[in-house]
Order: sequence, then structure tokens, then C-alpha cells
Amino acid sequence: MKLIYEKSQAGRRASALPRYDELPAAPEIPEDLRRNEPPRLPEVPEFELVRHFTELSTRNFGVDTGFYPLGSCTMKYNPRINERLAALPGFARLHPLQDEDGAQGALELMWRLQEILAEVTGLDAVSLQPAAGSQGELTGLLLVRAYFAARGEAEQRRKVVIPDTAHGTNPASVTMAGYELTPVRTDARGNIDVDDLRGKVDEHTAALMLTNPSTLGLFDENIEEIERIFHAAGALMYYDGANLNAVCGISRPGDMGFDIVHINLHKTFSQPHGGGGPGGGPVAVRKTLEPFLPVPAVVRREDGGFGLDFDRPQTIGKVRGFTGPFGVFVRSYAYLRMWGPRLREMSETAVLNANYVLARLKDAYDLPFDRLCMHEFVLSARTMKREHGCTALDVAKRLMDYGFHPPTIYFPLIVPEALMVEPTETEAKETLDAFCDAMLAIAREAADEPELLKEAPHHRPVKRLDEVRAAKQPVVRYAFDDALERVEAPKGA
Amino acid sequence: MAAAESYPEELKYHEEHDWARVDGDEAVLGITWFAADLLGELVHFEPPAVGSDVTKDQSYGEVESVKAVSDVIAPLSGEVLAVNEQVVDAPETVNEDPYGNGWLIRIRLGDPGETDDLLDAAAYRQVLANQ
Repeated sequence: MKLIYEKSQAGRRASALPRYDELPAAPEIPEDLRRNEPPRLPEVPEFELVRHFTELSTRNFGVDTGFYPLGSCTMKYNPRINERLAALPGFARLHPLQDEDGAQGALELMWRLQEILAEVTGLDAVSLQPAAGSQGELTGLLLVRAYFAARGEAEQRRKVVIPDTAHGTNPASVTMAGYELTPVRTDARGNIDVDDLRGKVDEHTAALMLTNPSTLGLFDENIEEIERIFHAAGALMYYDGANLNAVCGISRPGDMGFDIVHINLHKTFSQPHGGGGPGGGPVAVRKTLEPFLPVPAVVRREDGGFGLDFDRPQTIGKVRGFTGPFGVFVRSYAYLRMWGPRLREMSETAVLNANYVLARLKDAYDLPFDRLCMHEFVLSARTMKREHGCTALDVAKRLMDYGFHPPTIYFPLIVPEALMVEPTETEAKETLDAFCDAMLAIAREAADEPELLKEAPHHRPVKRLDEVRAAKQPVVRYAFDDALERVEAPKGA
Repeated sequence: MAAAESYPEELKYHEEHDWARVDGDEAVLGITWFAADLLGELVHFEPPAVGSDVTKDQSYGEVESVKAVSDVIAPLSGEVLAVNEQVVDAPETVNEDPYGNGWLIRIRLGDPGETDDLLDAAAYRQVLANQ
């Protein structure tokens, strides 16, 4: 398919503006800031423009076009009712500086969403401000710091414990918040190695960051013991809500002993993501940490109305403009109200679907931790690589030929040739079966015709990418004057 | 072309998949074939500064492939005398020749006694077999 620039013909226009004889004087722009030449924009008529981008949109793959079992990302279907509600003029056209009396509906929605998230997490207070999971993590760690600073323990407690299965954002957030990382190992059952942990938690420990269920899709069987170790040392517990989709209405982080939780509205509560709209990473905390939450807090006033409370002397401050990504709140609130008290069924179905797919695939691929899984599971192509030379990457590329989005690969890092599959609750059994059939067919192909995998994808608009060359010689700029430059990147560029 | 699997007898190994070629009070350091194979073709090496100190069991640099970015763990402590610029310019050299042209840094040993803690080739192979 041609680029829009390659379709450009000088003088073609999508519209013609009338010429005015008496234009108002242009504002004075300093000479050195003026363009010498007009910008090089593609020149196409409107129908070409429409056809071009419509064609492009058909080359995209998303949850609206197919099954998307991208492990750890919870690519569930995003109900259309969410969009209808978020587009209501009272929500969509509300100005962020609207006074409280004129924004009662929006404030009430945020307050009610906070209440629901507190109930789901088993904690006391919520801030909706953080814009994504990663920002939720940083906010959570800043809360940890503020908490210990208020207790005079900020200098003493410098370490944050993270298991080796964690998402990369966890250690990154720890570093960004000014803490030191204490890694802890995973045991043979896929839990945190409690013996390793015991020797690493002391009066210098500020917090644990844990994803439970972990990125292996396994619920930590020793969570109560872990809770005792941290709280006995006076440290806090942070719950990375990346995998909250597995436990809603079944178990609550607050009941497991966690003090701070971030929730990914774009994963668990159906805000579109993966190249779509903004995320949402609210943080829920125990009562003792509430004074430190970001301002403004959305509160219910004594008169029954709703308002913004800036009077929080111990707050860590603002972490995002205004009150956070409001459209995300509308979608997640709508989604949560649709499930209502049946929210548990969402998680139960997600876990059931994952276990069904796992049961069908476990004989064809390696299963490093053979347990009932939660909402996702991790297979390995280790034996396939050794016996047939086909890797997790080859399996992923071949899956695209079968019309599926590949699972997450090469993560978590502790599993070689990892394939991490998360089907989510929204898929029908027929879809799950079609995916399993494809995975099983690929396992047979690896033995019979390994080249089919190694050269895949064969039936996609883009063939196998040279990732190494893309990383070493990235060409990120369209070459206007030398079309060849686009194809033949200069050596060492 | 990636090298074939090997773990030369004359080298000392660290269980985090690093090797050291000790020569008097100096040592040349690199990553093992296993580490290079696991990462796949390297696309970047972030070396330490010449003159800086590296500490045994701690990270002294990063190697990056399209799969992952990984810390490089120092098998021994010491001062960095040289960085392999060939690897900086062409990181895939590590995949092609992990124990030769693909060396990463040369150090002056801070504590020659540390070499006693390292593994010989047979013991390192045992580490790999247990993985």
C-alpha cells in the first residue's frame, strides 16, 4: 500500500477556501521564525484521503477485529455503551474549570467510582488522579515516602522489595521514587521464595511491591505469611493491580494485607487501550495513608453535594492536571455498574477461560509451573526450540497467519521462551477453541515444517520484520527527496 | 553468524553468566555463550567509563537485544582499564565471538583473592544444567 505522500499530486486539494481581498494584518512574526517554504503536506482530494485512511484502518488489529490474548494486558472487549455514556454532552463537553455547582453530576460519578474501587480493593480511600498503572505505582511509592517521612523514618527505610517476576515498571518506579531495589526470588511453585524473603526484610525496608496473582498467572499461596513478615518489620505493602481482573469480588488486596493498591481502569474496567485512549491508574489506600493522597480529593460535602477538597496539609500534591482522565472514569463507572454485584462472575469467567485454554495446550508446550492458573498462564517453547529450532517469537509470528494477536512473549523474564496467554472473560468457547487449535497446529508444524514458523507471517500485510536492524538503524523520518533512502538505510545511520 | 556453544576451560565463570580471563593483576570480562544466546543478537552495549570501579556481583553495564535489556554483572572487582569499542560499535560481535573479539571490558583487579570464588568451566556447565 502506498503512503499518503506517494499519492500526493501538486495542486490537488480536499477543499478550497475563498480568497478575501482585505485580509486582516498578520501578526508580527520575527523574521528568523518565519518559514521560507510552505510545509510539505500531501496534496490529495478528499475522497483519496478518506479511502487512504479507511484502507489503513482495515490493516489494524484490535479487540474489535479479533482475539487478543496478550498476557498481562487484559485485552477485553470494550462495551459500546461505555462510549455512548462518555459522549453525553454533560460529560463530554464539561469544562475542567466548571464550578462545583455546575459539575455535580461529574463529581458524583467520580465519588461513586471511588467508593466502588474502595469496595473492590478492600481499602478505605481512593484517588482517581494517576493517569496509568505506572503513574499509579509512582504515586503509591510517593505515598510510602510521605508516610514514613511523617513518622520520622524516611532516612531509615530506603529499600523496596520486588520479586523477579515483576513488570519492569516496578523497579523503574522504585528508582524514580528514589528508593533502592531489593530483588527476591521465585520458588519452584511460582510463589515468592519466603526463605529468601525473610533474610531481606528488616527495619530498612519501606515496602513490598507485589502483583498477585503474579505475572506467571499464579496466586501467591503464602500471601498471609508474606504479610506477617512485612508488617512485623514495620514496612508497607503495595499491590500492583495489573492482574486484578483475576480476583474481583473473590479476594481483596486489602484483606490480603496490602496498604496501597493501584487499579488499571484500562485493563480491568474496560477503558480501551493498546494504542487507544488514555489509561487510568487510580490508587486506593488504607485509612492511615489517606492524608497523603493527591489533591484535589473528590469528596461528598456535609450538605450531601459533591466537591473538591484541596485542604490536605500532608498531601503529596497533584500528580496530574485537574482531577484525572474523566472520560475514563465514565467508561469504567458504566462498566462497573453493568456488572454490579455480579462482578465476581467477570473474574470467575476470566479464570475459567484461562484454565480451559491451558488444559488444551499444556501437552503441546512446556508448562514451567504446573498449577491451576488464574486469569492467565505462561507456557514455554523451550523444548520446541531445542528439538526443532523454533522459538517463542516464531510461534507468535505464525499465530498471526491464523488470524490471532500473539500472546506476550519473552516475559516474565524468569521463563525462557515464554508465551504468556490471557484470554479474558469476554471470549466465547468457539473463539478459545479456534485459538487452541491454531496453537496445536503450530506445535505440529514446528516438528514437520519448521520453516513455516521461521518465515512467518506469510499472510499479513507486513512480513517478518528485521527487528535487529530496526533497533540498530532506525529510519524514523520520511525521505522526501530520495525515495531510495527509505528502503536502503545508510550503513551506520 | 552466531558462535557454537562453548565454555573454554581456561576461563573463570560467574553464575550470572559472565566470564573472566585473569592475567596477573588484570582480567578481561565478558558474557558467556549461554547469556548471548538467551538474549539473541545484541543491538547495544552500554559500557562503564574507563577509570571507574566495578564491584563483584554488581552491575557494571547493560547489554540490549530486541528481547530484553540486561545488566552485566561483574565477576570480579577492579578499576576499568579499557572498554571494547568494537563491541560498542558492533554489539553483535558478542554473539559471533563471545570469548574472543566479543570481550567487554578489561580491569585491574582490586582483590585478586576474589577469583577463588569463581566457577571453573565444569562447575558453570553444572549451573546451566540445573536451570
